[in-house]
Amino acid sequence: MAAANAMRSLIAARPAPPRTAGSLSWLRRNLFADWKNTLATLLVVAVLVDWLPFVIEWGIVDAVLRPDNAACRALEHAAACWGVIAEKYRLILFGRFPFAEQWRPLVGMVMMVGLLAVSCLPRMWNRWLPVAWVVLFTCFFVLMRGGFAGLSFVETAQWGGLPLTLLLSTLGLGAAFPLSILIALGRRSHLPAVRAFCIGYVELIRGIPLISVLFMASFMFPLFMPPGKTPDVLLRVFVGITLFAAAYLAEAIRGGLQAIPKGQFEAADSLGLTYWQAQRKVVLPQALRMVIPSIMNSFISTFKDTSLVTIVSLYDLTGSLGLALNGDANWRQFYFEGYLFIGLIYWIGCFSMSRYSQWIERRLAADAV
Amino acid sequence: MASTEQQSPATPPASTGGTKTSRWRSRAFRGLAYQVILVVVVLLVGGYLAGNTLENMRVRGIQSGFGFFLQPAGFGIGESMIEYDSSEPYWKAFVVGLSNTLRVAVVGIVLTTLFGTLLGIGRLSRNFLLRTLCTAYVELFRNVPVLLQLLMWYFVLTDWLPDMSAALNPVTGFFLSKNGLSFPIPVWSAGHFATLLGLGGGIAAAWWHARRARHAFEISGAQWPVLWPAIGMLVAGTLIGWLVGGMPGAIDMPERGELNISGGGAVTPEFIAVTMGLTIYTAAFVAEIVRSGIQAVPRGQSEAANSLGLSRAQNLRLVLLPQAMRVIIPPVTNQYLNLTKNSSLAVAIGYPDLVSISNTTLNQTGRAVECILVMMTVYLVLSLLTAALTNWYNTRMAIKER
Repeated sequence: MAAANAMRSLIAARPAPPRTAGSLSWLRRNLFADWKNTLATLLVVAVLVDWLPFVIEWGIVDAVLRPDNAACRALEHAAACWGVIAEKYRLILFGRFPFAEQWRPLVGMVMMVGLLAVSCLPRMWNRWLPVAWVVLFTCFFVLMRGGFAGLSFVETAQWGGLPLTLLLSTLGLGAAFPLSILIALGRRSHLPAVRAFCIGYVELIRGIPLISVLFMASFMFPLFMPPGKTPDVLLRVFVGITLFAAAYLAEAIRGGLQAIPKGQFEAADSLGLTYWQAQRKVVLPQALRMVIPSIMNSFISTFKDTSLVTIVSLYDLTGSLGLALNGDANWRQFYFEGYLFIGLIYWIGCFSMSRYSQWIERRLAADAV
Repeated sequence: MASTEQQSPATPPASTGGTKTSRWRSRAFRGLAYQVILVVVVLLVGGYLAGNTLENMRVRGIQSGFGFFLQPAGFGIGESMIEYDSSEPYWKAFVVGLSNTLRVAVVGIVLTTLFGTLLGIGRLSRNFLLRTLCTAYVELFRNVPVLLQLLMWYFVLTDWLPDMSAALNPVTGFFLSKNGLSFPIPVWSAGHFATLLGLGGGIAAAWWHARRARHAFEISGAQWPVLWPAIGMLVAGTLIGWLVGGMPGAIDMPERGELNISGGGAVTPEFIAVTMGLTIYTAAFVAEIVRSGIQAVPRGQSEAANSLGLSRAQNLRLVLLPQAMRVIIPPVTNQYLNLTKNSSLAVAIGYPDLVSISNTTLNQTGRAVECILVMMTVYLVLSLLTAALTNWYNTRMAIKER
């Protein structure tokens, strides 16, 4: 009976749903949806109002841009002294490389960044790309070392700054790449000795911090060599970084290998391909394509990790900042500005790589469909 | 080689012609050969390196062996949770280093978890400003090398802060200066035993209540309140213990003297810089993991919970979190491990962690091989322990399919 009554009475009209288009509605949904949302908005605005003017004044309005030590000291840290960068940028960017010859690392660096940019384009991915990199590294070394055609000889101990950071990360990862493919394949091998060796290697390296590998490179590698021979410190550190990066890269590639359907292996077998033919022509092209984002992540980590070579006294970007400021009592107090400057360089590198990684991930996903 | 093999069938036994070639081409034989080659190469390389090392050590007059660990270290350590002075043996110094590493790791992990979770949830906020702010934080801090961040914080803490005589006093009882942070600590007295006992009793009571509540739910479906009674039991237990213990209330407050701050607890700027730097860096990664973990739970799960009439809190506690946690926990443990390994960068700013102590010992004694081996082994054991724990957790939490 109650049901019958209910049927007869009209349901009151409900209010129209709120508009979902337009800037007013955007504001309501994103800033003032309910009281909690409004509170959060007010809090964030309060913090920004409190801090932004200070940051802008400190970093821009009141900052000293000229390399004027007296003016910088007069600020007493109440504003940024970008003058320290203007004064020291050559030393920070190129380390101990002879001042008059610094065009050489600059040219090398520009070539490297250029090829890096070219390598990012999927349509350039062909067999000539590795060749181009080998040529580039050869040119880089020849140019940096000099000792011919009027170029003075510069030993590797004097290399430094951003070119060294770029060299260690690109060459380190480049050398780690083939090694990591072998390790990743070995970890999935049916041969117990090969598998055990690869698992042991990867787990050992992933279990220890990079700094201990670098200590090993600088203190133990000299003992490994035949008596009387001491390998170059740059070479030792490079080997350390390569061995370290290879373990992480191998894990990334193994992820791709695991994602290959079993049918692909069976198809390769049924075509009569040998193990290596099957890996080269069927498995790896698919697996590597799948893990490009992970490989980019490894690259970003390696790029950041090269800063650790400072601790074993190589003058990469971080180390050469110390080189530039530590010995100079006039400018030493402006380390913070220096850290911000090289932090910005690292950030630009890492952020653009992570954006690229996202782009390529979307693009490859679209290709696969 | 490849072109001849292309003709042969991929699986043994090979059925072509002569027995000799088919033996060579059988997969089993080649597999064995590869493994023998690998083992021989590894042994040869290892033997070559070891031989060179021994020869070098002989030439340079370096002694080997771990005996030196019993000799007095002869160097002081700036901060230590364990009694230590420079006349104690090297192994004790290593233990102090390990304890300092673990101290940074534990404090860092707790702070990172809290901070990272908040940031991760903030990135999913409906509030545009909050969302953007959290995103900006993540993108800013994870794209700058952690070593650089540590160095920067250390510089700010030791160069920009005032001397101890003019220490900042932001909150009563807290002093911040170039020499670190001083803060009040309660003075230990016998009465605190009773407080701790009371807290233990509270925990036991809360646990027992939770068990009974679950039992009741399983039998009758009745839902007892658990959270608030449990908190009440904890507070009440502690309070009763404290009252029984005679209300010990002495607190050691740091005080400003002529030149320095005395009393209270204190942490060094090195410790603050390492902990702060690692927390700020790692929290950015944890935030990303938390965000993707929450987003990994399909929207239908939430909708299903709503349609079953679960409240928002129940939805979160019973449906969303258990599923998100399964995605979040493994990569987060990985981040904890990264934080622990990154604490080795403390050597760059002079915090006496394990690596720093190994480095000092190495420079004093020249025992490179031994020091680096010990350092690597300790980190490896920590990693393997964590990995074992994660595996155990994963097996426990894995979706059980019947």
